[in-house]
Amino acid sequence: MATSPRDPQLKFEPWTDPDAQPYVRIDRVTKKFGDFIAVDDVSLGIYKKEIFCLLGASGCGKTTLLRMLAGFERPTAGRIYIDGVDMTDIPPYERPVNMMFQSYALFPHMTVEQNVAFGLKQDKLAKAEIAKRVTEMLELVKLGQFAKRKPHQLSGGQRQRVALARALVKKPKLLLLDEPLAALDKKLREHTQFELINIQETLGVTFIVVTHDQEEAMTLSSRIGLMNHGEIVQVGTPTEIYEYPNSRFVSEFIGSVNIFEGRLIEDEPSYVRIESDDLDRPIFVDHGVSSAPGATVWAAIRPEKMLMSREKPAGDDNWTPATVRDIAYMGDLSIYLLRLASGKVVRVTQPNVYRHADERITWDEQVYLHWDPSSPVVVTK
Amino acid sequence: MIARVLHRLGLDGRTAVIAVPYLWLLMFFLVPFVIVLKISFSDAQISMPPYQPLLHWVSEKALQIQLNFGNFAFLVEDNLYWKAYLNSIWVAGVSTLLCLLIGYPMAYAIARSQSSTRNVLLLLVILPFWTSFLLRVYAWIGILKNNGLINNTLMALGVIDQPIQMLQTDFAVYVGIVYSYLPFMILPLYANLEKLDLTLLEAAADLGCRPWKSFLKVTLPLSLPGIIAGCLLVFIPAVGEFVIPALLGDPGMLMIGKVLWTEFFNNRDWPVASAVAIALLLFLVIPIMFFQRAQDAEAGGGSHR
Repeated sequence: MATSPRDPQLKFEPWTDPDAQPYVRIDRVTKKFGDFIAVDDVSLGIYKKEIFCLLGASGCGKTTLLRMLAGFERPTAGRIYIDGVDMTDIPPYERPVNMMFQSYALFPHMTVEQNVAFGLKQDKLAKAEIAKRVTEMLELVKLGQFAKRKPHQLSGGQRQRVALARALVKKPKLLLLDEPLAALDKKLREHTQFELINIQETLGVTFIVVTHDQEEAMTLSSRIGLMNHGEIVQVGTPTEIYEYPNSRFVSEFIGSVNIFEGRLIEDEPSYVRIESDDLDRPIFVDHGVSSAPGATVWAAIRPEKMLMSREKPAGDDNWTPATVRDIAYMGDLSIYLLRLASGKVVRVTQPNVYRHADERITWDEQVYLHWDPSSPVVVTK
Repeated sequence: MIARVLHRLGLDGRTAVIAVPYLWLLMFFLVPFVIVLKISFSDAQISMPPYQPLLHWVSEKALQIQLNFGNFAFLVEDNLYWKAYLNSIWVAGVSTLLCLLIGYPMAYAIARSQSSTRNVLLLLVILPFWTSFLLRVYAWIGILKNNGLINNTLMALGVIDQPIQMLQTDFAVYVGIVYSYLPFMILPLYANLEKLDLTLLEAAADLGCRPWKSFLKVTLPLSLPGIIAGCLLVFIPAVGEFVIPALLGDPGMLMIGKVLWTEFFNNRDWPVASAVAIALLLFLVIPIMFFQRAQDAEAGGGSHR
């Protein structure tokens, strides 16, 4: 547990260490299906004991990349190394890699026990050793009492755990998970996410997870690789991806965001001012931006970082008058949709700190929107 | 209107729909079976029909039933019947095995082919049914006989100087049965193999299984219902097959279908012919019933998904 990525005391950030060698290295991999480029010149380094999430919309190439790691697809170009060994031409049955399939792909004619033992039997382990490891693994996923059942006699959540056990029992160097939680209902999914993290920490196996669910990626992963049209658009920790997106696409894909298109009117190393047609006053950002003055840039501000007040804020920047158009009460927080003078609709979330609603801003009220100079993220693409 | 009539009869639409096939089976399977069963217990006599009735009045008030088990005893006593049964089962068994060995790879290839070519291939499997079964067996005579297609070709090529005797041999019977019943093996196998989830094979490979072993461990056991269905569809009609051995086989070849024919038409001994038929049915049905029971027991709790 010492090197837990969840433990804030002992930071697990091998990617910041210049001497650390990636455990899995994807080197300029391209995969074409006919004319269609599914994966386009992707390079990635994934470190030991990471939970790395490949995140993207369907058809972005994340599953193809995963299948190339498993050996079911051969890259059109590029190489794949696992633990320093070139795996590109190794068939799936000789790779030290196991996969948990989205459909789980449990063998319907075998019991839970036989499913889990299947991989070990292929390695020709002794019977006693197989039995011992299967029992251990079934205990770990809390399925000991279901060992003699067939897959069709299990619930969805139980099948998911059999699939996990079957993939982990061979102690792979790398575990690939294809949409591991997609088939579960919401409550079970949340619970399973944490269970998955616990198991990963107990066994110390490197995980690569494919998902289209950003929430899943945020909670599970040590780092996220966001994919779009076969390319990796950004790699970073969940915080980096959320707070420092490198493009409009990334900021919009993860969470919701308000984007203001504008021009740089002041460009200093320590601050910038952006003028936007949607706002009366400029946006002041308290850090420099690498872009030419006068160039079009986009300032992205997260809904929870926009504040509302009835009094006019002090200062000349970072505020604008707005009208409340709609409120969605979610219990823990409320989502406000406000309209600016330009007609642009802005989304603001506010935690419901107090129980009484008397003081809350309500429909059709005129308010001032403001934000901290550190809140906007300026992107140039 | 129909609904009201049915209602008055105490039937709802559902019962009526189910009743139709049951009536059909009753009329054309159960009733003839009972008739054959009845004849098998009667005595042969020269009359029209050529057997004594089972029931007859001994006096005004007494109806006597007379069951003659002699026909069945005769089947056991005369080893002709035993030999014919065993030979038929042997021929049918070998033919079924050959059909499986040929049909499985074909069904597998069709199931794995691209969906555009798959329908064409399936059509080719069914295509022979457009021609009468009898004509197709006759066609084999033309191919196999001493101055037939194969012998003439081989002689013209100088491979042989004497024609090879193929017609009227066991070989010809096997050729005829395998050829005729192969589609009945391929179709259920195809229906099964086509449903196989290919990610299961990927999962097997992922867990360290080489392709050939994946086939043995995953594809083959999962296709077992298809194998069984195909084998039954070939084996059962092949046991009672009459036309193919009569046309292609050695006249001396003992097959139960032919024995039945001889008893019925040449000897005009309907009771013995019926007893042969009933015994054949028992031979086939009892193992199948046991097999079904075993399968149900193994499925345990139903195979609902």
